[in-house]
Amino acid sequence: MNSVQTTPQAQRQFISGNEAVAQAARDADCKVAAAYPGTPSTEILEYIAQYPELYTEWSINEKVSLEVAIGASLAGSRALCAMKHVGVNVASDALMTQTLIGAIGGLVLVVADDVGLSSSQNEQDSRYWGRFAHIPVLEPSDAQEAYQMTRIAFELSEQYEVPVMVRLTTRICHVKGVVVADDPIKADSKGFSKDPSRFVMVPGNARNRIPLMMARDKVLAAATEVHPLNRVESGSDDSIGFITSGAAYYHVKEAYPDAPVLKLGFSHPVPVEMIRQFASSVDKLVVAEEVEPLLETELKAAGIELYGKDVLPKIGELAPQVLAPCIEKLRGNDPTEKVIPTTEVFPRPPTMCVACPHLGIYYCLSHIKNTIISGDIGCYTLGAGHPWNALDTTISMGASLSVAQGLDKGRAEQDQNKNVLAVIGDSTFLHMGMQGLLDITYNKGNVTILLLDNRAVGMTGGQDAPSSGLDIHGEQTMQIDFRKLCEALGVKSERIHEVNPYELPRLFKALRSETKIAEPSVIITNQPCVLTERYSKLPPLKVEDDKCTGCSNCLDVGCPAILVTRRETVIKPNGREKELSFVEIDTAACTGCNLCTNTCAPDAIVPALNVNKINAVEIKV
Amino acid sequence: MNQAITAADTVTNILVVGIGGQGVMTAADVLAQTALNLGYDVKKTEVAGMAQRGGVVTSHVRFGKQVLSPSIQPGDADMMIAFEPAEALRWHTHLKPSAVAMVNSYPLEPPVVSVGLFDYPDNPIGQMQTEQVNLHDFDAGAAAIELGDRRLVNSIMLGAIADHLPFSAEALESALLTRFAHKGEALSELNRQAFELGRRAFNHQ
Repeated sequence: MNSVQTTPQAQRQFISGNEAVAQAARDADCKVAAAYPGTPSTEILEYIAQYPELYTEWSINEKVSLEVAIGASLAGSRALCAMKHVGVNVASDALMTQTLIGAIGGLVLVVADDVGLSSSQNEQDSRYWGRFAHIPVLEPSDAQEAYQMTRIAFELSEQYEVPVMVRLTTRICHVKGVVVADDPIKADSKGFSKDPSRFVMVPGNARNRIPLMMARDKVLAAATEVHPLNRVESGSDDSIGFITSGAAYYHVKEAYPDAPVLKLGFSHPVPVEMIRQFASSVDKLVVAEEVEPLLETELKAAGIELYGKDVLPKIGELAPQVLAPCIEKLRGNDPTEKVIPTTEVFPRPPTMCVACPHLGIYYCLSHIKNTIISGDIGCYTLGAGHPWNALDTTISMGASLSVAQGLDKGRAEQDQNKNVLAVIGDSTFLHMGMQGLLDITYNKGNVTILLLDNRAVGMTGGQDAPSSGLDIHGEQTMQIDFRKLCEALGVKSERIHEVNPYELPRLFKALRSETKIAEPSVIITNQPCVLTERYSKLPPLKVEDDKCTGCSNCLDVGCPAILVTRRETVIKPNGREKELSFVEIDTAACTGCNLCTNTCAPDAIVPALNVNKINAVEIKV
Repeated sequence: MNQAITAADTVTNILVVGIGGQGVMTAADVLAQTALNLGYDVKKTEVAGMAQRGGVVTSHVRFGKQVLSPSIQPGDADMMIAFEPAEALRWHTHLKPSAVAMVNSYPLEPPVVSVGLFDYPDNPIGQMQTEQVNLHDFDAGAAAIELGDRRLVNSIMLGAIADHLPFSAEALESALLTRFAHKGEALSELNRQAFELGRRAFNHQ
């Protein structure tokens, strides 16, 4: 019987793991919460920001967010920072030394791994940081546990004076379930006490902290052996027992309800003796952990015989339909029995939005030859796809500029005539791109930079950033001036151009002239993300069918509101075949940005309604 | 042919599928909220990679005495509400042999199909009818446009499925209207009409 059913209806909330973490932070009397948006963790801070009793901020990047949280912890208050898995790579510089200092006020690092890569560039396993940074790792299996474990994380952090990681995965962050909250508490802020031998990590001080960290590891290892978050659930069929954590726990329970399970909620340090005892109670032991074989490797090193990634996949989720065939095979059964056929249907890759200001940029980039285009992380990464195919690299946040510098300096003889470009969005530029620009100007690089300023963190849902002039609460704050910033970073004033990305002729001109000049230059676009309130729709357009020549130029814009109605193959006077595509515009979706009219030679694209002639898109600054 | 499923001790699995922007997640939320209101344990999960950008959205709603994994396994769905016929075809293998499928027959072609890189299936609904699925289809897209807003598709689809759920249509309608309550009476009334239209459209077949 699920405990949630015995709770009065009014106290049963139906919320996601991310919202549960936010509520837990408030109920634990957390004072400071900081994050940079990143799927699947973004909503944690969005929910916390709704509680006026906490200080919350969108930080510039994940390292900054962790450092803000560290400062609040040193000030004696409880603090939380949240990030996606790749964010920890950015924050790790601070983390790896903070662990020597340890926490004063409870310090919780919530990390959301994108198991299955729904919206990420890799699938790294954040549990490694627990080992690397010598910190405890808690792994909730659903929203209720996300609530409880976030509360416990603050307590553990203060009890053992250590930062604590709560490791979520997409299947915890975004799954809604029934959550019953506990009573809120009041945490006593200890205040800031000067303690340079602990807080000033020069070699002499840091050296003295290392043995303390090692001693803490031992205390934590003893604690996990008896902690209630680690528990054995007996089963009637002990032919196979499972050790599992996080989302995989429920998958195991679903697929093998009769199997004994050792559920690890406090999964690092690993409770080796508890596991050794469990191992002796089952015929075969399987570690069902998502992504990397961490537990498996440590347990094998401890001499425990078990199965792991030798039978289970190393990538993606261990959903019941993934788990079951592997386990059946291990049992010697026919694994094909449960396989359900799939139906082949066309893909629906993500597209840019109707009227997206990036469309004009990629239209131009796809029509310019001899380029190497270094890309970055954001909506504009979609420029690598159809119909533009105008992005050659994407690696990490901010990498477009520095990778472009390397593409320029490392170019081979045969690439001497190519132009190196970098494409980056406003928020990504501020996150980690600025340093790359400074590197280019300082080291006399030759890169043409497209800084796509749509005044929002678009891909994660249009959050604010210093480019929007609004804070996490939507209140006015400073707004960065990109022209001044680029000048300060060493770009010559005459090499900086601000353009309206809906004006294709000006865009082409700026691109052609700047790529010819062997100096760093920056082309800044100035139109807002269409998903934000800053964007104003204009009256929609339509195609006059009798005027459409089927040239398909407008399709190169890549706007999802332009649809092909029929195709024809004609023989040109020179005898060659030509494919014609006649189009229509989905008037209900069109917001009249006029990009496609710029590409239509026969002027077949006209206002859909009887309104005054539309000139150019309204410029809002 | 009202084949309402019962939830007694088992878990009811409802798959809601469609395309980003169609209101798939809202419809799934309303189903989940109704089950929650009736005291069930409920889990809801989405596979919505970049859904805001025209991608496939699949929402899994599971409810019963106790729900373990949030995901519906292939072959285990009791019901599918499909907002688009090709999406119905994509996911129909997730259905149990006796399952109910409620399909909006209004097709939406993505740009990759429109420009000719991929083909839209010739007759997605016909293809499914050859399988063992208790399938019902109607043009909810046209109905929504008739009511004045294509975003009403989700309320129409909820209305269409309302008499086939292990709880009453009224419980579902009440959860739907509660969701729109703070958005003004006009919108609430429009969604009520959409729900009723969906309910009628199906029951008259």
